[in-house]
Amino acid sequence: MTDTPGPGAAQVGRRVPRKEDHRLLAGDARFGADVQFPRIVHARMVRSPIAHGTVLRVDAAAARELPGVVDVVTAEDLPGDPHIPVRLEVAGTDLGERLQPVLAARTVRYVGEPLAVVVAEDPYVAEDAAELVEIEIDELEVLLDAGRAQGDDIVADFGLGYGDVDSAFEGAAHVIGMDVAVQRHSAVPMEPRALTVGYTHATGCLEIFGSTKVPAFNRQVLAGLLGVDEATIRMHAVDAGGGFGVRGEFYPEDFLIPWLARRLRRPVSWVEDRAEHLVAVNHSREQRHRIEVAVDDEGTILGLRDDVRHDNGAYVRTHGVIVPELTLAMLPGPYRVPAYAGRVRVALTNKTPCGTYRAPGRFEGTMAREQLLDLVAAELGMDRVELRRRNLLAREELPLTRAMHTLGTDVVLDSGDYVGLLDRALSRVDELGWRDLLARGRAEGRVLGQGVSMFLEKSGLGPHDTADVEITSTGRIRVHSGGTSLGQGIETVLAQVVADQFTVSVDLVDVVNGDTMLQPYGTGSWASRSTVVAGSAVLGAGRAVAERVRELGAQLLEAPPEDVEIADGEVRIRGAATNSRSLAEVWRAAQPGSPWLGAGEPAGLSARHRFSVDHMTYPYGAHVCLVEVDPGSGGVTVLRYLVAYEVGRAVNPALVEGQLRGGVAQGVGGALFEEFRYDESGQPQSTTFMDYLMPTASEIPPVDVVLCEDAPAATNPLGARGAGEGGLTGAGAALASAVSDAIGLPAMTGLPLDPETLVAAMARPATVRDRLRTDGIS
Amino acid sequence: MKDQHLVTLNVNGSEHELVLESRRTLADTLRQDLGLTGTHLGCEHGICGACTVLLDGEPVRACLVFGVQADGHEVRTVEGLARGDELNDLQQAFSRHHGLQCGFCTPGFLMLAEAYLSTGPEADPDEVREVVSANLCRCTGYQGIVEAVTEVAAERRGEAKTAHD
Repeated sequence: MTDTPGPGAAQVGRRVPRKEDHRLLAGDARFGADVQFPRIVHARMVRSPIAHGTVLRVDAAAARELPGVVDVVTAEDLPGDPHIPVRLEVAGTDLGERLQPVLAARTVRYVGEPLAVVVAEDPYVAEDAAELVEIEIDELEVLLDAGRAQGDDIVADFGLGYGDVDSAFEGAAHVIGMDVAVQRHSAVPMEPRALTVGYTHATGCLEIFGSTKVPAFNRQVLAGLLGVDEATIRMHAVDAGGGFGVRGEFYPEDFLIPWLARRLRRPVSWVEDRAEHLVAVNHSREQRHRIEVAVDDEGTILGLRDDVRHDNGAYVRTHGVIVPELTLAMLPGPYRVPAYAGRVRVALTNKTPCGTYRAPGRFEGTMAREQLLDLVAAELGMDRVELRRRNLLAREELPLTRAMHTLGTDVVLDSGDYVGLLDRALSRVDELGWRDLLARGRAEGRVLGQGVSMFLEKSGLGPHDTADVEITSTGRIRVHSGGTSLGQGIETVLAQVVADQFTVSVDLVDVVNGDTMLQPYGTGSWASRSTVVAGSAVLGAGRAVAERVRELGAQLLEAPPEDVEIADGEVRIRGAATNSRSLAEVWRAAQPGSPWLGAGEPAGLSARHRFSVDHMTYPYGAHVCLVEVDPGSGGVTVLRYLVAYEVGRAVNPALVEGQLRGGVAQGVGGALFEEFRYDESGQPQSTTFMDYLMPTASEIPPVDVVLCEDAPAATNPLGARGAGEGGLTGAGAALASAVSDAIGLPAMTGLPLDPETLVAAMARPATVRDRLRTDGIS
Repeated sequence: MKDQHLVTLNVNGSEHELVLESRRTLADTLRQDLGLTGTHLGCEHGICGACTVLLDGEPVRACLVFGVQADGHEVRTVEGLARGDELNDLQQAFSRHHGLQCGFCTPGFLMLAEAYLSTGPEADPDEVREVVSANLCRCTGYQGIVEAVTEVAAERRGEAKTAHD
């Protein structure tokens, strides 16, 4: 439920209703495909039907003859040899040879790779014509298993770690290891990608609608590929139907559609269909871990090793090899791990290229580490929770610098109380009566299990973000931020932050995110960074404008500045509410020609503020869940779910809870149902929502949230930690833990926990030892 | 030669005469020809339900219905729910319960729920959960959607009862 504070009450920290909701509920929102221009033409991609092969012929003659077709382009029509650049570099890796071309010329490497684009007056005709493009491909052998990649197919091989791992393992009482695999799945937002591009030949300007995530970066890339000045490209803010990491990265279409608009001197619309989306947009998650830990007799961790095989699909795209780097950098998690060595081999295979999906690298690494801890508990005969409690870093051990880096920053775990959070999660579970539920169900012969996982997240990635705040003619407050609206509610959050500078309601604040003309210096929304970094920038800009309002207001009121205050959207003499000036009046006083505006003073009431930060802030949390396994079908039902999460400071608790609940739903999907499958020739088998199974309301239980604000972040003035990903990070691990608890296994060796896997697991011999061996756990 | 037909659609109470190609979907008709872009296309194969509209009061997937099939029928879309700038009770409940984030699936859920609510259901949360499992949402985890529909069902039952008394 939301609450609406009265005027004058602080907005930050309240469950303020979202500013975004009205237009979205009324059907008035504007998504990328909703934008229309006169004389618009429609593009349709022609994609490779073959997973690996040499392109012999792409013949567009028949397509060109179809009435209504405007243009058909193939690789040979493109200027130069454009490739998709890496946005997030990892030091020491050189990926240049394996970047994705905008259109394949000689070789295709996955089913769905773009080969040509058809443009027609009507989208139906464009689809007809695309089917008339004749493609001849000489098939080559496919590589589908990252574990079999060799030579050039290993595009990166690197390690992260610290401490003397070999010594830790040599002297240890126990060395326990296992294989853990996570299947290929991804974000699959409800809105497929869409781009609408207008072009004005007279000015050479491109207007782009639908590039939402990192618009300033995408503009820079596009300007470079087109050889034009960035100032001639405007990325507009539009609504986006979910991002989760995949939307808004620079894909081949992000070059092709603007390039076609210039070539044809006409506006171009491109809307991806779902079948395309499932083979074209970044996949994620596919990793195989060989993970082992050295422990003493009490279960104290002495050292940790992980050897990861990461399947990156056919090319390196904008994320480079950041996902496996994140896996390695975050693998030790919230635990005291004196020595650690992680290695990853990143393989290219003949499948859709990969990138980030909400909690990238951490969902996978948390799954591997937490399964290993469950196995250690079983081997040592310890309670799973007790083992974790013993190894969690204590409050007084923080901050802790781990001699590693990721996303270009050092890993410095800031303040926190990991044990305290675990205790809060478990006591809430007791209050909710889960213990009884479990006992009663088991007494009835039901196959029930409880799972728990701990995780460490990262958020608030810099290095900077910029915000502009200004007062407008009717006395409203306008924010031009570098964050982007992907559905998370960032407009409301930023409005709350700035509203408190003027003690007004968020209704008086207008927020535009991600318009490169209004805010050219934005860093975008990803890595759980917008509230923290964009929010801090807005706070700085809001304070500066408030200061200017106070200064000019004091002149209007003929009082010294220290005697005036801003309250309820007015400037007034402290303690004398009747003597006041509205924001609109102060705005008028700041206009050119106003007697109050001094010579040399800038007109208007506005400020730009850049917030820079070197280090990320590390939120953390616990997932606890109860599941039931159907012994006949192997189906898993999630009965109860709880997330405890340290957010530092919740600007809007309702939105934080929403982020966590939504993350859990995606986690349930990733743990139980979702998988991009391929047949032996590399043909994708998950190309509809009949095969790629996303959870419905029937599969997702109500999620209890314990929202902790016990450890405010020291890295930003809001004290906030990001909240975008923690609902998902620990979900695979917690559900696997619950399933293993239900069916009497020490740990699960992979995801998804699908019926086939569980029926096979339950059919195995009854003793734990036998199960360990047959499961491949050493 | 395009296979075109003259059809009359009543959408949200307004009559529209349109010339439609027989293969044009109702969703494209609403979005492209009438500019009613509140109806969204999420999968175009009838699973996700983002394009759900009411055809003579019944929920249909507008991606699976041709525009010509709606000839002479009444269509209700998300744009028909609010009265002027005032959102209806269900829309307000979605906002109150944080039943939407990106909002792309929301019009489909609203129309699905309106069809369900029009039957005057008892609407315990389990039944509501079953009903809304017809559509997909990727953001919310469904909790706010279930709460909003359950609450509005109770409110509308209360009002209906009061009116009856």
